[in-house]
Amino acid sequence: MSHKHKPKLAVWKFASCDGCQLSLLDCEDELLAVAGQIEIANFLEASRAVTGRSYDISLVEGSITTPHDAERIHKIRRASKVLITIGACATAGGIQALRNFKDVRDFTNIVYANPSYIETLNKSTPISDHIYVDFELRGCPINKYQLVEVLSAFLFERKPNIPKHSVCIECKQRGNICVMVAHGTPCLGPVTQAGCGAICPAYNRGCYSCFGPKETPNTGSLSTQWKKLGADGDSLMRAFRGFNAYADPFRKESEIYEK
Amino acid sequence: MRSRTIKVDALARVEGEGGLFVKIKNRMVVDVKLNIYEPPRFFEAFLRGRMYSEAPDITARICGICPIAYQMSSVTAMEDAFGIKVDGQLCALRRLIYCGEWIESHALHIFFLHAPDFLGYEDAIRMAKDFPEAVEKALKLKKIGNELMILIGGREIHPINVKVGGFYRVPARKDFQPFVEQLKWARDFAIDTVKLVAGFNFPDFERDYEFVALRHPDEYPLIGGRLVSNKGLDISLQEYERHFEETHVPHSTSLHSHHLQHGEYHVGPMARFNLNCNQLSPMAKQAAVDVKLKTPVLNPFKSIIVRAVETVFACEEALRIIEQYEMPENPSVEVTPHAGVGFGASEAPRGTLYHRYRLDHNGRIADAKIVPPTSQNQKVIESDLKEYVSKNMALSNDKLTWQCEQAVRNYDPCISCSCHFLKLHIERE
Repeated sequence: MSHKHKPKLAVWKFASCDGCQLSLLDCEDELLAVAGQIEIANFLEASRAVTGRSYDISLVEGSITTPHDAERIHKIRRASKVLITIGACATAGGIQALRNFKDVRDFTNIVYANPSYIETLNKSTPISDHIYVDFELRGCPINKYQLVEVLSAFLFERKPNIPKHSVCIECKQRGNICVMVAHGTPCLGPVTQAGCGAICPAYNRGCYSCFGPKETPNTGSLSTQWKKLGADGDSLMRAFRGFNAYADPFRKESEIYEK
Repeated sequence: MRSRTIKVDALARVEGEGGLFVKIKNRMVVDVKLNIYEPPRFFEAFLRGRMYSEAPDITARICGICPIAYQMSSVTAMEDAFGIKVDGQLCALRRLIYCGEWIESHALHIFFLHAPDFLGYEDAIRMAKDFPEAVEKALKLKKIGNELMILIGGREIHPINVKVGGFYRVPARKDFQPFVEQLKWARDFAIDTVKLVAGFNFPDFERDYEFVALRHPDEYPLIGGRLVSNKGLDISLQEYERHFEETHVPHSTSLHSHHLQHGEYHVGPMARFNLNCNQLSPMAKQAAVDVKLKTPVLNPFKSIIVRAVETVFACEEALRIIEQYEMPENPSVEVTPHAGVGFGASEAPRGTLYHRYRLDHNGRIADAKIVPPTSQNQKVIESDLKEYVSKNMALSNDKLTWQCEQAVRNYDPCISCSCHFLKLHIERE
């Protein structure tokens, strides 16, 4: 992107927990430097100032869950040169996509006394189901260093260096002992995209897949391994129905174990 | 008949999506609504059928700003159901990671979300051009809170190390050593912050609130305790739902909570301070005395001073815990699930967060109830706006709108939380 003016950045929120956009404010060492390179033109969590109607880069957090949001995302796409989705809600529908496996009306009845006040779609869907997305940054939450990498890649017109291999590679890089081999702890690391830095195995627990499916994941083979460790169908279904439940490979695997 | 509308479609510098609507007719405020249009996410519904052990990781995702609050309320509720006691160093470690969340969240709110209102800036980045040193120090303070969460929790947003019974792995004593100097710096900067924010201009505005907060026999409240108020409430968590009720209103996807006997009530830093200030750490107490902050604090705009005092407390408390820390032999206590009902509550940076779970004999969640701080504060926020606008009718629309936004931000509302929940709209006729 060659700019005569400072490129304009916008941050948008759909159904989400705010954590991924907080990651931008959590770049304590980089925030003022980033703010020096770009103009934060629309970032409601941080500022009441909104400048302009078009943006060079839009970061989109959250999933589409209401008829209004399904319209709004198209307006944002039209106003953005580059649109990057951030976090599991935006890239896979998020934890709220667990509704996709049930009837949403039952859910509304459980939580709200007057379900008629609630406007909601049957499914929580990723942004890419609705519009063209230039880049999807995974994670629940995203890794802030990956966010800075993706932003600078787009600003300097190069490909973002975001690996698509599994958490296992990060475990080896970190020098973790394999929790599945050494301790018999079920782990989703072999089918999960890297990015977190293999934190869970480093803390003696199995990966629960915040970053979603890696490229070409062999979920069936991993399920077999889990069963050898004593996992039943219900545990497998719940394991694949986490924060990336509606990502295709995980959805399909979990449906095998549906009662 | 003159009518006027003050309207903010999308409130800034709050966590989540909401707006504000105030309607004035014949110089009377006739309608106030805090519109919450954050899409509902149905956590209580999809928790049904999940295992007890999944609750801390799933409920953390209700809020990226206060995940520790969700994790602590959920794990203590499960432990209550199973009759397990987590105490000693494990309990101290839980307080320590919670101190990290308070430091991070309070630093974010004081400097990035609230201070710009008092100083007339749209945001902290614009404020940084005139006050580079203060903003840089604020970022450093925030980072220290985050680093404490990273060390214990594995990462700052949605930490991975908290579980029912304790932790997956506990840090060694030496891991904390690099933090001591940093926390001392943070404590001293927090003391300076108390002085700085106490020097702001505060609107002349006080209300007679019912303050509700946890109270613990020998600590400033973070996790567990009894729920007390300045109007005679003193209950165990088991009794919560007999005293408080949530109702569903059309203009909000967040449920409104009210106290059955007294109606609206106020949770958060002012409530905690007014009810528990004798339990603050020594330097936090002194910092409050130095700026003449006396209980009861009744001006919600002064919540920023209380947050700064609580930041001093969180730093001192973290230093105290680190000083006395010895690595526990086991990272967690053993959990044997059985059927039961469990109650848990903790003090999120923005107020009390209540969880209740009913579990079957395998420890599977049959039913869940979560009441976040912002649902509890919604009615009080609307009443504050009504009274504030009534008293400041002479102000121009621009100025009144900004001050209404500021009045909402007094509560550090977390809309993502409450929907599991803001837009300003003042209409003058």
